[in-house]
Amino acid sequence: MLKFEQDRSKFPEEKDGKLEIDLDSQKFIKIWQGPNHPGITGNMALELTVSGDEVVESKTHVGYLHRGFEKLMERRKFIQCFPICIRMCVPEPDINEYCLAASVEDLAGIEVPDMAKWLRTLVLEMARLVILLRGVPGQGGTMSLGMGVQWGVYVRDLMIDRFEELTGGRVYHMYIAPGGVRGLLPEGFKGRMEEVLKKIDEFVVDIDNLMFSNAVFKKRTKGIGVIKPEWIEQYSVVGPNARAAGINRDVRKDYPYLMYDKLDFESYVGKDSDIYTRSRVRWHDLQTSVDMIRQIMAKMPNKGDIRAKTPNVLHWKIPKGETYQRLESSRGEYGFYMVTDGSAYPRRINLRGPSYNSAVLLLEKMLVNANISDVSSMMVSLATCPPEIER
Amino acid sequence: MSLKDVLLPFLAWGKVFKNPVTIKDPFNDRPGSARYRGFHKNDIEACIGCGACEEICQNAAIDMVPVKGIETKDGDSGLRPMVDYGRCCWCALCVDVCSTNSLNLSNEYTWVENDPDKFRYIPGVDKKDWDNNELGWKKPENYDLNEPFRIQMEELKPEKRDSSFIEFVKGYSKEQAEAEADRCIDCGLCTATCPAHMAIPEYIKAIRNDDLEEGLRIMYETNPLPEICGRICTHKCETVCAMGHKGDALSIRWLKRYIADQIPESKYKDILNQGNDISPKSKKIAIIGSGPAGLSAAYYLTNLGYKTKIFEALPEAGGMMRYGIPEYRLPYDQIDKDVKYILSLGVEIEYNIKIGKDISLEELGKEYDAVFAGTGLHLGRSTRIPGAEHENVYFATDLLREISLGNDIHVGNKIVVIGGGNVAMDITRSLVRLQNQKNIKVDVTATSLESEDIMPADREEIDESREEKAIIDPGWGPKEIEIKDGKIKGLRTIKCLSVFDDEGRFNPKFDEKDKKFFEADMVVESIGQGMDLTYISEDIKTMVKFSDRGRIIVNKDFQSSLDWFFVGGDIIEGPDVIHGIANGHKAAKGIDKFLNK
Ligand SMILES: Cc1cc2nc3c(=O)[nH]c(=O)nc-3n(C[C@H](O)[C@H](O)[C@H](O)COP(=O)(O)OP(=O)(O)OC[C@H]3O[C@@H](n4cnc5c(N)ncnc54)[C@H](O)[C@@H]3O)c2cc1C
Ligand code: SF4
Ligand code: SF4
Ligand code: SF4
Repeated sequence: MLKFEQDRSKFPEEKDGKLEIDLDSQKFIKIWQGPNHPGITGNMALELTVSGDEVVESKTHVGYLHRGFEKLMERRKFIQCFPICIRMCVPEPDINEYCLAASVEDLAGIEVPDMAKWLRTLVLEMARLVILLRGVPGQGGTMSLGMGVQWGVYVRDLMIDRFEELTGGRVYHMYIAPGGVRGLLPEGFKGRMEEVLKKIDEFVVDIDNLMFSNAVFKKRTKGIGVIKPEWIEQYSVVGPNARAAGINRDVRKDYPYLMYDKLDFESYVGKDSDIYTRSRVRWHDLQTSVDMIRQIMAKMPNKGDIRAKTPNVLHWKIPKGETYQRLESSRGEYGFYMVTDGSAYPRRINLRGPSYNSAVLLLEKMLVNANISDVSSMMVSLATCPPEIER
Repeated sequence: MSLKDVLLPFLAWGKVFKNPVTIKDPFNDRPGSARYRGFHKNDIEACIGCGACEEICQNAAIDMVPVKGIETKDGDSGLRPMVDYGRCCWCALCVDVCSTNSLNLSNEYTWVENDPDKFRYIPGVDKKDWDNNELGWKKPENYDLNEPFRIQMEELKPEKRDSSFIEFVKGYSKEQAEAEADRCIDCGLCTATCPAHMAIPEYIKAIRNDDLEEGLRIMYETNPLPEICGRICTHKCETVCAMGHKGDALSIRWLKRYIADQIPESKYKDILNQGNDISPKSKKIAIIGSGPAGLSAAYYLTNLGYKTKIFEALPEAGGMMRYGIPEYRLPYDQIDKDVKYILSLGVEIEYNIKIGKDISLEELGKEYDAVFAGTGLHLGRSTRIPGAEHENVYFATDLLREISLGNDIHVGNKIVVIGGGNVAMDITRSLVRLQNQKNIKVDVTATSLESEDIMPADREEIDESREEKAIIDPGWGPKEIEIKDGKIKGLRTIKCLSVFDDEGRFNPKFDEKDKKFFEADMVVESIGQGMDLTYISEDIKTMVKFSDRGRIIVNKDFQSSLDWFFVGGDIIEGPDVIHGIANGHKAAKGIDKFLNK
């Protein structure tokens, strides 16, 4: 159970492994952060018990946008799942499209054409940029450094424009469908993409000056919100959060998929495992993606098949089986576990994302002893996508 | 922490001198991208109401609804998709699956309305500003959610088939049939057009599920001759198949054959659960003719519990299916299989009995509670040009019948066939085979009034005839069969310029100066058949109403104005097998109704 390192006299007693919080004692109050709070990631709530300005207990509450996506998909034909699954992570929807498609293709024994694989890789990196362009400056946003967020939203919008011309959609792209992708690059796309990448290059420098070389930001993020190395295994910490703790975990390298083994990249690894380092890892990830997109556009062919032949999607039955298909999302390993029973409908699709571990297990643990003013920064530093927890 | 960390953030002030980007945009009109998934539009003329869009929409945002001014017709359900924007998520799956490419999304994305019901609308019918937007989501190129092209049927090569009457279409394997069945989108447009309204998508589904017994049950509900129809049906269904707009129509006919081919006749009774529980009724029905109409009527009447007896003038059952259609398209054992099953249910049949000669229609009328006649078109029609009375000028149907009866027929060295329909192709190709068998160098020419583009024969029949080295030379009007010293020298023709007049009536125009002579020592006429209704006595004729064109007038039940006398098949509708089957089925229900009045 909890171990308090400082003076514990004002903290609740522990009895049978549980904290005894007597609100009538007037020593503690409960504060709800969220579900509607500018400092919360999406619709999620933290039920904080504070003593003075120190958090003594935190409980994460989800369920505010539960629509039963996994269940809905059990009633949908395979092709009909892809417009639904995206909703399990709004800011980075494409990762769901890929996991669904890869699962279906794996179970059906379908090999996707190379052209489609290049385009999928491209789109997944574009999606990473879209979420990080807001997510990285968003760390500053939690301490009222709103300007970076404004800049981020602007460049992110330019990337969304590229999504719009490639996929026809801005937020939900519905581009990676089982069997392939839904279109080649439009004429002149690469040139316009390069312009956006240049803007991102500028943004990277701006954010370095504004945020990472900012005395206040440093003061409020260094040494705060540390994920201890021993927690990494225990709580299955993945992606940037693990890398900030010095553990190099990146599905793109560890279990290469799509065209990642044809790209030259290194995942950035930090060491201090605090808010600052995690933020810095993401800032590096952003640059890695920019570089990858440049490589992809240089290496991919201009023409090719975008869809493998599949059975008629209106009655596509998939043989009995199960599979787990994963990728490296902006938050780390993200995967679909799919079970099929030979019918035209998935028997079960289960999403395994990093948000549950971050927002429930880690966060509840990490917030004990935290200063209430750091709650938002700590939460944002873990990067959470609430619909991914309550799908 | 250093001084840098205090100063560097102030570089942000540099942005003050840049143009703002986010302030103007909300007021600027910003068109969606070329692929934008905006509001729906539908080319209402091109849409066929197949409902694939409705089927694929995972939000149930599409309902197929009737639309004023759009009629239900062959190949068009008359329904059009209505979209509900309270449900739509603009995934554009409906666009990607659309059979005709009529459905697209525009790049328009703003629509303000006070009345929420307005957001349920019929694209293309409810006029919208974006109807003519060129931009917006279209089905990507080389992107299909179902296979547009059919599984090709394997056939014997021309040199392997042109001297033999064995069947040359090989039939689908399990894999081929299942792959072909997979292409169906379950729209049912084919069912609506099929004269027998066979539940086509259902039996195709049975193939997909590898449940052929279920497939057989479904087929027999509306068609007791699946082996036959699976080979030679005129497949009107395929001409309207929704997939035909994308690529090829489904091979509905071959799929039917696939089901029937896989199941031996000995298992039919068990599978169809027939023959045991048919409760015999006391009423008896006589059937004249064992063509498809007669057989179908007999089958359905027997299943309704009636005692039925067929009278057939020829030595075997099947009518034109046996005595017209050549064996290489429809082998006799396949006719036997379908017929045997019908007879096994207790249908009686007496061969070599010609009604009107051996037994009169009056007698039948007295002895039986009702009579159904499906006597077909068995009289040849002559061009009546000079020379047509020569002994080496034949009717196609007479020759085909003789071939089926196993009789040796006269085969010339140079043969001209007059006619451009499927019967003409049948006799042409049969004669090619006989010339090969008799070691005569193949020399058969078919010529027709119609030019090739409007020849009534199926395209594949024309192509396959040519593959077998027959000459098809269309567009000539026969003038005279030249005879010298009692021997045929050939056929004189003149160029036919057009066959139909502006009103679509048969009224051929010729160019007398453009002549062609087809050398020949044998001529075959194949310009249609007539009916022989001489078995209807003068007495009965006074009670049966005829149309101006000499056809018996029947009601929906195929009942003539003489209440116990029902007629169907070629003498009423068609001419093809499936109309005969459909007529026989309807007449059976009509007779049941009549006898239970
Ligand atoms: C060469 C040829 C090729 C054809 N190819 C095709 C094809 O590929 N696909 C297709 O769908 N259709 C085809 N048809 C047409 C098809 O065969 C006929 O439309 C169909 O057989 C008509 O069925 P029915 O029952 O009306 O008459 P029929 O099949 O003509 O049967 C009538 C029967 O009645 C008997 N009969 C007649 N008068 C008497 C009487 N007085 N007493 C006793 N019995 C009598 C006849 O002997 C005959 O057996 C073809 C026809 C011909 C001639
Ligand atoms: S766009 Fe998608 S949700 Fe909308 S009507 Fe078409 S299939 Fe349905
Ligand atoms: S799929 Fe296309 S053709 Fe069929 S009903 Fe829908 S819009 Fe019409
Ligand atoms: S066979 Fe063709 S017309 Fe018939 S249901 Fe299938 S797709 Fe539709």
